[in-house]
Amino acid sequence: MIECRNLTKRYGEHVAVDDVTFTAAPGRVTGFLGPNGAGKSTTMRMLCGLTRPTAGTAHVLGRPYHDIPNPGRSVGVLLDASAQHSGRSGREVLTLSAMVMGLDRSRVDEMLALVGLTPKEAKRRVGGYSLGMRQRLGIANALLSDPPVLILDEPANGLDPAGIRWMRGLLSEFTHRGGTALLSSHLLREVEVIADDLVVIGRGKIVAQGSTQELLAGSGTVARALDEPALAAALERAGLNVTTTSAGGLAVEADPVQVGRIAAEQQLVLTELRPAGGGGLEDMFLQLTAEDSREGAAA
Amino acid sequence: MSVTETDSTTPPAVEAATTDALDRPKVPLTRLVRVELRKMVDTRAGIWLFAAMAVITAAAVVLYLLFAPEEAHTFWGFVGVTVTPQGFLLPVLGILLITSEWGQRTGLGTFTLEPRRGLVVLAKIIAAVLIGLAAVAILMGVAAAGNALAGAMDPAAGAWDVGGREVGNVVLLQLLAILQGLAFGLLLLNSAAAIVLYFVLPIAFNILFTLIEQLRDIAPWLDLATAQQPLFMDQSMTGEQWAQLATTTGLWVALPMLLGLLRLQRAEIKTA
Repeated sequence: MIECRNLTKRYGEHVAVDDVTFTAAPGRVTGFLGPNGAGKSTTMRMLCGLTRPTAGTAHVLGRPYHDIPNPGRSVGVLLDASAQHSGRSGREVLTLSAMVMGLDRSRVDEMLALVGLTPKEAKRRVGGYSLGMRQRLGIANALLSDPPVLILDEPANGLDPAGIRWMRGLLSEFTHRGGTALLSSHLLREVEVIADDLVVIGRGKIVAQGSTQELLAGSGTVARALDEPALAAALERAGLNVTTTSAGGLAVEADPVQVGRIAAEQQLVLTELRPAGGGGLEDMFLQLTAEDSREGAAA
Repeated sequence: MSVTETDSTTPPAVEAATTDALDRPKVPLTRLVRVELRKMVDTRAGIWLFAAMAVITAAAVVLYLLFAPEEAHTFWGFVGVTVTPQGFLLPVLGILLITSEWGQRTGLGTFTLEPRRGLVVLAKIIAAVLIGLAAVAILMGVAAAGNALAGAMDPAAGAWDVGGREVGNVVLLQLLAILQGLAFGLLLLNSAAAIVLYFVLPIAFNILFTLIEQLRDIAPWLDLATAQQPLFMDQSMTGEQWAQLATTTGLWVALPMLLGLLRLQRAEIKTA
């Protein structure tokens, strides 16, 4: 169980994380989705006690991270796969972690085998690893103690499609046993196949959260017509909620049959009529990303 | 939720693990010290530093044996030539022990596995002190070997003129050097800056005290090198000299260490 309540981090004027509240439940993979710079990593660092929140609380297993004794045994953390001493071997990285946590050294070999690093690769220095290998090593490190909670920052970054599928299997097995997994990503396509729940963050604020299914299914209908303002007016007269999407076309909170019927009554020509089908989340996410990249270009 | 029902072939039920997790013992300091000791030798950079110390120490003894005047071939003389190169390299070891957590960004993992940051630093200090003591023991051994050799070659040389006080002084010097390295590393959190400043500051101060006459009288109270000078002599230190050693150590070792620790307690551990 991971709980953030009104979590806020300010750097001077800049608010990196703004009043973030969410819960990652046991038995579920929670995807923490947002464009680069949205505040995902800062939130995760606050969860792990590495960054002090300006306000609010971050609890893991019902308490602040630094109040968990020998926390490596309870929380598996991967914050940056590249944050390893380049001169240490992969095996040595895991051995040091196992020593701190007081684990049997046999776990090191088990984990290396689990993430598919060969003994030869494990003997090599991390400096020579590809990003994918570092991610695998980082995941092995997080899983070392078989902890009940996992916090992984961009774990799929650098993994090939097969690697992502492998991680999905790994995490679903983990949550099946009752584990809590929080993983971040800046790619919707990447998390939608892994996560049971989604928390979407943009510019430090949570913009959507719920089960992946629910969020992707969205609700309602996307409609386009030759005379869109007329269609919008007609739908609104019928008491429906209508918004113009960023991609053009209308997002209507109603099912397609209802929208089609109203269009027919008004003798309006429809050019497109379909269930929203997750387009809502995708649109919102693209908009977030686009706004941020514009801001980045202007700065 | 029963823990005993857990099948031994499958990992323990996560809920049970959760309950266990919160009354598990904390990570003991001894374990952290062992880990820090291991971190000093498990990279190529670490191995090279130790190898360099060994080679330079041995080379210093050989050169001293060959080129120093024979009346200087005494145990204290040999100890003197081995102390100097070690005194240069041990602080670097101390600096790297701290700064590599930032330069190599391993701090992210280190402070996640043990959030009590002060305790991690304490483990590093203890590990570095243990290494310092081992280094002094090796230094004494190498110097003794050199002295025995000198005595064998020339009966007039090879006097065993080192007593408890001299050994104590050498230990103190080397430990102060290591601790100062740790303190500079902790204050600057950057290998290059800490190493450069560690070596440049004493020189700068020396120039300052040499050039400005008014400062010369207070130099022993402020300048670590001046205050440590009597430790190299084979006569006992006066009370005033101990006091000077204490103030300079406070200024150059304890103060940066304290400031660094205070900042570390509050600082954010970041990657980039």
